[in-house]
Amino acid sequence: MTNVRSLIFSIKKQFTVILFALSNKASAEWDDLNMTQGATAISREVYDLHMLIFWICVVIGVLVFGVMFYSMYAYTKKKNPVAATFHENTKVELAWTIIPFLILIAMAVPASKTLQSIYNDEAGDINIQVIGHQWKWQYRYLEDDVNFFANLSTDLDEIYNKVPKGENYLQEVDEIVVIPVGKKVRFLITANDVIHSWWVPAFAIKQDAIPGFINTAWTIVDEPGLFRGKCTELCGKNHGFMPIVVKAVEQDEYDLWIKEKQAGAIALAELTEKDWTAAELVERGESLYIKNCVACHGPNGAGVTGIFPALAGSDIVLNNKTRQIEILMEGVQGAAMQSYAEQLAEVDMAAVITYTRRSWGNAEKGDGEIVVPKDIVEYKKAKI
Amino acid sequence: MSAVIENHHDDHHHGPAKGLKRWFYTTNHKDIGTLYLWFSFAMFLIGGAMAMIIRAELFQPGMQIVEPEFYNQMITLHGLIMIFGGVMPAFVGLANWLVPMMIGAPDMALPRMNNLSFWILPFAFFILLSSLFMEGGAPNFGWTFYAPLSTTYAPPSTTFFIFSVHIMGASSIMGSINVIVTIMNMRAPGMGLMKMPLFVWSWLITAYLLIAVMPVLAGAVTMMLMDIHFGTSFFNAAGGGDPVLFQHIFWFFGHPEVYIMILPAFGIVSHIIETFSRKQLFGYSSMVWAMLSIAILSFVVWAHHMFTVGMPLAAELFFMWSTMLIAVPTGVKVFNWIATMFRGSITFETPMLFACAFVVLFTLGGFSGLMLAITPADFQYHDTYFVVAHFHYVLVPGAIFSIMAAVYYWIPKWTGNMYDERLGKLHFWLSFVGVNVTFFPQHFIGLAGMPRRVPDYALQFADWNMVSTAGAFLFGFSQVFFLFIVIKTVVGGKKATAQVWEGARGLEWTVDSPAPYHTFTTPPKVS
Ligand code: HEC
Ligand code: HEM
Ligand SMILES: [Cu+2]
Ligand SMILES: [Cu+2]
Repeated sequence: MTNVRSLIFSIKKQFTVILFALSNKASAEWDDLNMTQGATAISREVYDLHMLIFWICVVIGVLVFGVMFYSMYAYTKKKNPVAATFHENTKVELAWTIIPFLILIAMAVPASKTLQSIYNDEAGDINIQVIGHQWKWQYRYLEDDVNFFANLSTDLDEIYNKVPKGENYLQEVDEIVVIPVGKKVRFLITANDVIHSWWVPAFAIKQDAIPGFINTAWTIVDEPGLFRGKCTELCGKNHGFMPIVVKAVEQDEYDLWIKEKQAGAIALAELTEKDWTAAELVERGESLYIKNCVACHGPNGAGVTGIFPALAGSDIVLNNKTRQIEILMEGVQGAAMQSYAEQLAEVDMAAVITYTRRSWGNAEKGDGEIVVPKDIVEYKKAKI
Repeated sequence: MSAVIENHHDDHHHGPAKGLKRWFYTTNHKDIGTLYLWFSFAMFLIGGAMAMIIRAELFQPGMQIVEPEFYNQMITLHGLIMIFGGVMPAFVGLANWLVPMMIGAPDMALPRMNNLSFWILPFAFFILLSSLFMEGGAPNFGWTFYAPLSTTYAPPSTTFFIFSVHIMGASSIMGSINVIVTIMNMRAPGMGLMKMPLFVWSWLITAYLLIAVMPVLAGAVTMMLMDIHFGTSFFNAAGGGDPVLFQHIFWFFGHPEVYIMILPAFGIVSHIIETFSRKQLFGYSSMVWAMLSIAILSFVVWAHHMFTVGMPLAAELFFMWSTMLIAVPTGVKVFNWIATMFRGSITFETPMLFACAFVVLFTLGGFSGLMLAITPADFQYHDTYFVVAHFHYVLVPGAIFSIMAAVYYWIPKWTGNMYDERLGKLHFWLSFVGVNVTFFPQHFIGLAGMPRRVPDYALQFADWNMVSTAGAFLFGFSQVFFLFIVIKTVVGGKKATAQVWEGARGLEWTVDSPAPYHTFTTPPKVS
């Protein structure tokens, strides 16, 4: 056992030396072509495993293809008009069955160890529930009562090539997940509709978000930094457009951030008390609509035929205020239309509904009635 | 008098019927083989056209030519059509042409079922393709159709997709039964199991795999159908169902399925390397044992596609180890091929070029497969372009190259004409360069973090995606060139001898080229 271990260790060391030589030459380009080493002990272990297997494959490849290319070169009909006649050799055949088997064991041992440490999953210092929605991530800080949604913040115009693309094209969100360094952060990952997958390469975490299940993953980040990830399970139309951004900060900065978040939630609740005019609501609603609804119902409320209904000219939007509130608050069972009760504060809910009722000619065609925050409060009361 | 004799003659020998009727009514294994091969070629071109749309969209970051919704339909149909319409029917076509001739049988054992199993296929793919024009569009959930994206959240056309998968499954099962019955009952006297040509062995094993797993696929889509239309909740968590159950069922089918697409290739390549090395294949019996162990192992590795769904540690370890184990018999095959070439007397006609490229590039795909088997590393690789590179290396220069090698190798026997060697070699080099330029850079973009099944990507992946697209178009156009070469050979060319290749062994080379409509009406004797 110790023999195997020291063998692996010395192989690892050899490879690191070679790798170091290589990476000195072209370290910048190399990073763009290879797996990240990441920001945690686990991610570095995973990277080492990856490089170990890679180099083992390279060595086997050089040997095997070496013999093959040599045969192709040296035993052409021209150079060797009469072929040999051997077609069996028990010793050789045994050797090339047993040796690969041993190499595989040498790979399996460190891999199993790393896997075990990844699975060593006791409760964290901080527990964050991560919920996948079509097509955004929700984060709930279980200890601190902070709850928010993170949407892609790249402009549609960038995606459709109308304006130049920014540096973090498709890798930027409107709300960043903040975690403290040096603490064990545990993610409880699930989904609300279809299966998503939460991947942050720098933590070597990729965990499927599955409706009805809670998967866990954990990380301890050593240094402050900004880490970007993506959804990696096909989850419908905008699967390519639901990135993840995590920021690791020092503890005091983290505490401050939590306080700000909590204060923000209170301020938003206070806006419910204000008296709103139709124009104010429409103005507030526009950006909310773009952020939350455009993905399905389209920029002009036209929807997608057969899948997502048009809101422009929809009977519910034109004439049925009550039903519209109900749809937004409860979602539609068994359809992509989810409940927005949690995602939108009362003002925002009122604003986005009013916006749809007043846009794209809907005001003229329908009853034109607006929805104010008090309507939402009443709806909630009636439900209790 | 002579007229009467002629009629009599026709009655007994059933020459091909005239015109279209020949193709609809035929029960002849050669005709049906030809139908399968042309059908798969057509599907290969359609699926290829979809790949071109995908690659064109990925040429640059940003959305240019299609919308994300349509993009998802394209990757789904591309995958389904290439697998179920391109690769599988091509292998069935080769089995039809070759298995009876290789074992000295006059035809397949169940000729009418043979006709049926082919002729339901065009309907299956007509239904699948017509879903593109239905309201809500074609299936858009990837060829792996994970629930609940493929049930609760699926477009209405999913029901047609399910029907079409059922038809494909029925066709495959009938085809497999036919292959098994033929091989078990119709071998020429003296041809014991361990004397069978390796292509026959590979198909015998493949047919058993198909019979074992196609019903599982049928079960999965039927459960989807129930969830969609009859209110069950097999895969619906809200109703007490289990979305992960779907993935277990799917991959219990899916992993053996990938071996269904590579075992016949192993058979083909063994024949070609033996012929052009002019040396008996090294390690025949270990080749057979390797295929058998691969087939058996393929049933206990399925969850290596699901390392990230949150299985318990014990399961992750088991599936990691069992997957790594498959590398052993696979390695044995590669070593045997190389040992066959070692001290041979080699020439590089087109089939041999494709076979050599197969050995090298399939092995590359095997290496990346081994890397993917390492569970902790797979947490980083899974569902990125690294996986796309891996499975395309085993499918395109793996399965597809073997099919092309087979066509070049046996087409003189089928048509009686030699293909144009210069054009064949040109086709090989274009395809070889094209495939590597397309798929090799995908390893890099995958490792650097680009997920698969996305219509748009971050800026750091732009350069290699551009290269990949250029390679894809090169590869795509080379296949139109292949079509031209095949047609040219069917129409005319240098006449082929019965033996065709100096080093070829096997019963199919003892009959004339082109092979007569009926061969081995009296069985040959195998010593
Ligand atoms: C993930 C896609 C998606 C998003 C995002 C979405 N919807 Fe919907 N919406 C749907 C679907 C699908 C339906 C149809 C549900 C049904 O009745 O089957 C629907 C229905 C509706 C209806 C009823 C329309 C009618 O005529 O039946 C309204 C109103 C509506 N959505 C408003 C909104 C608003 C406002 C937002 C943003 C806050 C929004 N939706 C975001 C998918 C979406
Ligand atoms: C011209 C050659 C080909 C090109 C350029 C090509 C390109 C692609 C691309 C870009 C994807 C989408 C990747 C993603 O976003 O996940 C894909 C998926 C796929 N391809 Fe190919 N492909 C080619 C040939 C083939 C062949 C011959 C096969 C089968 C034998 C095949 C099987 C698949 C499968 C199974 C998928 C996955 C589909 C899915 O994600 O559901 N491809 N291909
Ligand atoms: Cu996704
Ligand atoms: Cu597999």
